[in-house]
Amino acid sequence: MNSELRDLYQDVILSHYRQPKNWGDLPDSNANAEGFNPLCGDRISVFLRVKDGVLEDIRVNGCGCAISCASASMMTEAVKGKSVEEAEVVFEQFHRLVIEGEAQEDDDSELSALAGVHEHPVRIKCATLAWHTLRAALRNEKQVSTE
Amino acid sequence: MKIAAFPIQTVQDQFPILDRTVRGRRLAYLDNAATSQKPIRVLEKVDHFYRNYNANIHRGVHTLSQEATKEYDDARETVREFLNAGEARQCIFTKGCTEGINLVAQAYARPRLKAGDEILVSTMEHHSNIVPWQIVAEQTGATVRPIPITEDGEIDLDAYQAMLSERVKVVAIVHVSNSIGTINPVKSMVAMAHAVGAIAMVDGAQAGPHLPIDVQDVDADFYTLSCHKIYAPTGVGVLYGKTDLLQSMPPYHGGGDMIRTVSFSGTTYADIPSRFEAGTPNVAGVIGLGEALKFLMGLGRSRVFEYENKLARLAEVKLTELGGIRIVGNSKEKAGIVSFVMERAHPHDIGSVLDSYGVAIRAGHHCCMPLMERFNIPATARASFAVYNDEHDVDALVQGIRATKEIFG
Ligand SMILES: Cc1ncc(COP(=O)(O)O)c(C=O)c1O
Repeated sequence: MNSELRDLYQDVILSHYRQPKNWGDLPDSNANAEGFNPLCGDRISVFLRVKDGVLEDIRVNGCGCAISCASASMMTEAVKGKSVEEAEVVFEQFHRLVIEGEAQEDDDSELSALAGVHEHPVRIKCATLAWHTLRAALRNEKQVSTE
Repeated sequence: MKIAAFPIQTVQDQFPILDRTVRGRRLAYLDNAATSQKPIRVLEKVDHFYRNYNANIHRGVHTLSQEATKEYDDARETVREFLNAGEARQCIFTKGCTEGINLVAQAYARPRLKAGDEILVSTMEHHSNIVPWQIVAEQTGATVRPIPITEDGEIDLDAYQAMLSERVKVVAIVHVSNSIGTINPVKSMVAMAHAVGAIAMVDGAQAGPHLPIDVQDVDADFYTLSCHKIYAPTGVGVLYGKTDLLQSMPPYHGGGDMIRTVSFSGTTYADIPSRFEAGTPNVAGVIGLGEALKFLMGLGRSRVFEYENKLARLAEVKLTELGGIRIVGNSKEKAGIVSFVMERAHPHDIGSVLDSYGVAIRAGHHCCMPLMERFNIPATARASFAVYNDEHDVDALVQGIRATKEIFG
């Protein structure tokens, strides 16, 4: 594998892709949204159980490429247990990471592995699909598209 | 497998873009179904136009305009020859295949269709041969019905026969599928449509670059081309139509060059083809198109078809040998297009890995969402071949896929 590919497909990304976390349905969810990437046809669903402003549980279902699955899986770990406000902050940080390639200084979280996506503009929407879907669910919008 | 005498070196020498590298590697351009590269003679033809006789057409008495008009009209004659149309005026220049289909939907179908009428399209159509029909259906109360396809990616002709009735007014089918390469039996499908009194429109966007075309033999009422896929500049398409049908149609766009006389008490429209070419057309593009078609006809389209097909089938064999790969679309009649999916890697990931090997393919739904749904896949990876591809391109593809397998296990 050449270095460029190694940056994009880091081990953490591949392992989340192979064994995504918090995958499946959430029967007692009280918020959800469906995300769609018209560019590639990928669809993703995010289910949440929010109680007293806290994201108690989250599940993701359906996925596409390695980047979108890994990003979704890491996202669930990054926001689970956080308050809705904190989740919005994580969203903003992630957005800056992949759009601007700008990592938080003290960021040693797995999410930083997705910084490589910044070098592949056509893949940015793959990485952000789950996140936009999460935000739509938090804001009670049922559907979101990366168009 | 040894590939029969095709002047590949001479052909490749005519495509300057092939000299460039991508990510430090030789470019293997296998996204020809999206758009083809341009030979030097087309680039020079366009350049020569702008440098020497750039002028508007059909309106100047001066020398430059006359020269430009002549080249533009000559290109129409070349298109006639390319399609084996009866007359050059049956070949209308559009801005692309998409515009040609919309023109037929709006200028032919819209005034004629009514509630209860049916438009048949196949499940493997490009969105551009679905959506214009949905729009006209909404405007008229007609319905669009999809003709099913088989697991191998062929049109289910029995189902098609069963769907044909007096209600069917238009049948719109793709000649060669851009997603899976199927060559449809358009001649018999057109005849079947005619038998119930329907007209048939054939989307030739992918047939243009790969196959000899004879619109009279197919007996298509309308036939469209997308010229940037046939080695010509972007922004040009062709709509061929039967003379009586075209003459019976109102204009699609209004403007200059499409009228005979204009007054506020009434305007009379020009004859075909001008009636459908309102405004200043893509003069440079059309002139470039004429040169591109001469290039392709000079190579001999049967020979081109055979050459591209050998490469595509070789790619299919080599990819299948790697294991874990499934070819999508196994029609008996197939052109130089190979669509595939891998067990563990999504087409987008395949595309990114291949790009780092200098291999350009398309990953996605190829504007054929109903087809993807039919096969229950979100997307495919697609390699599509052109006259300048060779065995090295197939090898680069296979090498990239091997690397993809290493990454994704
Ligand atoms: C089968 C088919 N039909 C129609 C089109 C639309 O052509 P254009 O975008 O050039 O108008 C394409 C192009 O991708 C195609 O492959």
